[in-house]
Amino acid sequence: MSEPLLKIDGLTKTFHVAKSASGNTRLKALDGISLTVGRGETLGLVGESGCGKSTLARTLMMLETPDEGAVSFEGTNPFGLRGKELLSWRRRVQMVFQDPFASLNARMNAGDIITEPWATHRGLYPTSREREARVRELLHMVGLRPSDACKSPQEFSGGQRQRIGIARALALNPDVIILDEPVSALDLSVQAQVLNLLNELQQELGVSYIFISHDLTVVRHVADRVAVMYLGRIIETGATEEVFDHPRHPYTAALMSASPKLDVSGAKQDRIVLEGELPSPLDPPSGCRFRTRCWQAQDICSEVAPEPQVLSALGTRHVAECHFPLDSIKGLKATSASVPIATAPATASAP
Amino acid sequence: MKTATDPAPAKRSRAAAAAAAAGTATGQAKAHDVVLKVRDLAVDIRTHRGTVRAVNSVAFEARAGETLALLGESGCGKSMTAKALAGIMDPVCDLADGEINLNGTDLAALTPKQRLKFAGPELGIVFQDALTALNPVYTVGTQLGEAFRIHRGLSAKEARVEAIDLMKRVGIPEPESRVNSYPHQFSGGMRQRILIAMAVALNPRLLIADEPTTALDVTVQAQIMQLLRKLREEGQMAVILITHDLAVVAEEADSVAVMYAGNVVESGPVFEVFADPRHPYTKGLLESVPVHLERGAQLKSIAGSPPELHDIPAGCVYQSRCPLVQEICCAERPALRPVSGAGTGPVGGAVTGLGAAVTGSALNVPSGNEPRPARAAACHFSEEINNV
Repeated sequence: MSEPLLKIDGLTKTFHVAKSASGNTRLKALDGISLTVGRGETLGLVGESGCGKSTLARTLMMLETPDEGAVSFEGTNPFGLRGKELLSWRRRVQMVFQDPFASLNARMNAGDIITEPWATHRGLYPTSREREARVRELLHMVGLRPSDACKSPQEFSGGQRQRIGIARALALNPDVIILDEPVSALDLSVQAQVLNLLNELQQELGVSYIFISHDLTVVRHVADRVAVMYLGRIIETGATEEVFDHPRHPYTAALMSASPKLDVSGAKQDRIVLEGELPSPLDPPSGCRFRTRCWQAQDICSEVAPEPQVLSALGTRHVAECHFPLDSIKGLKATSASVPIATAPATASAP
Repeated sequence: MKTATDPAPAKRSRAAAAAAAAGTATGQAKAHDVVLKVRDLAVDIRTHRGTVRAVNSVAFEARAGETLALLGESGCGKSMTAKALAGIMDPVCDLADGEINLNGTDLAALTPKQRLKFAGPELGIVFQDALTALNPVYTVGTQLGEAFRIHRGLSAKEARVEAIDLMKRVGIPEPESRVNSYPHQFSGGMRQRILIAMAVALNPRLLIADEPTTALDVTVQAQIMQLLRKLREEGQMAVILITHDLAVVAEEADSVAVMYAGNVVESGPVFEVFADPRHPYTKGLLESVPVHLERGAQLKSIAGSPPELHDIPAGCVYQSRCPLVQEICCAERPALRPVSGAGTGPVGGAVTGLGAAVTGSALNVPSGNEPRPARAAACHFSEEINNV
């Protein structure tokens, strides 16, 4: 990807909340996020709940205004746009939501749901004949029948509803679709259908995906690149295989290790079990944010926040924010010998 | 572990010792006694569209110190099965048939009042959503101590001590101060720990965990699973883990029962079932997981979706999605019958168990010499799965 479609640089978003236990009223949901998304690329965004994934998605949808930082979409800053230009920008970034039951209006039929975006973007399909043809086409693209347009959402199963949500996102021919946990509410057998559909659509239309998920198996399957978030920061990013097979940040390694694996060989793997939970984003730890749960934290980690380091081992760009990145070649396996496994070490406990 | 005031642990350790003695032949010190034996369990739900059968002739057994996974997609009846076992079904549900044999007592034959005696000391349950399962207006200490006050007649003060003890046992930091906190003051993972503490308060023989980690992040899920394993081993509990996550089953369970549309379609030791599934649904599920695949490669998905409960076909429940479907599948529902794996794994015990299993009650094995649970599948063509 020579020129990225979407470039985010140092994005910061602070929410003002009612007084917390520590008296802090500023919640830094995003703290200097930098990302790029190429055309036709899938960026996987992973992290625990509360790490800022959804705030990032909402900010990219311009539902939130960032405090600082620059967003560049093909060279233009969408937050500087007004009027018609803004409208045409909004057409290009669409979203698919997690809950296929809550995200469709129960009082509209499927056809109305899919055509509703055109009520705002009138110029796109001006005649009713064009609109009808396009609805049929969209329904066909997502694997539904033309007759389904007259049914209401309640008549569909969860997987079919998510197909309607995808058709609605595609209705405006977007360049980027933000998929916020698109399959996590679906059953496994249906999940595979939807993942296949997303893959086919991307190959057909060349649309970029920002795929937010907590399911690492799914992310590994769909994403070209992965960004791992922790407490409002991206702590590691790189090509999917790189990050999954050779994680450099201890948090990534722990996340990969904690994710259950379907291994039918019967070998029970050793596992890094992190102690404690995500600290409150209201009172993030000083220095490195992960240090309170990190087994290799040292004094410097509490004093200095680590800068992003480019650690390109296998020729691809791999960035991690850690003072003591893990060994790249051997990855997790090599370090696990020295890392106390399962019984979390004393150094990983809260301060 | 609690003190001698509790007769249950003493009894349990005798049972464990006996089991250990029996188990020395196989070189295992763990107790594998059958704690729970479920046969022909059927649950009906009365809906405005008529009575539907949500659980149909379900049979399985749970063994001490082992985890049995009930695996299935939403609506397959796994949670309903758990509620039936615990006797906490909604008023519109009826236990239509079946036997729930918990250590020699048939729970299905008891009145609700008699059942109360078993809730806690014999059987504990952990629910999925810890925030709704806990009462928001009582402190966690009160809720944790309730079991001790009801079943052991302890005073509020004594119960509080026990509650603090329990919180220590499940790894909640600073239990002395946190015992007076309310559920909303805890994080999701800590709430789940409290729920688990409530379930294991009286050292039950059977612990039912209904999707205990579905709402949690993976790093916290790993902690909770570790805790459940620890408690299972300490108390030699039989654990029934209800989940839709194949990977969790592969990592946590000893044996698995795969449910589909209210029926158990396949059961057996986890690694045998997953390595060599004998039911097309199990195989389809395993192939739907995106692992060991090139990125972006087409996933093998199961076409269609599960049948509605009021619309379950007469023959095999899986017929509409099955690649092997033939005429007999629409005409006759296959029974859960013993199958042998394709020569994989330690099936010696399973084979000896088959003879007993064939005679009527599918999973009724002779006591004393407890063989490993046999493999069973409900498919007319389970021998031809590999041709799919």
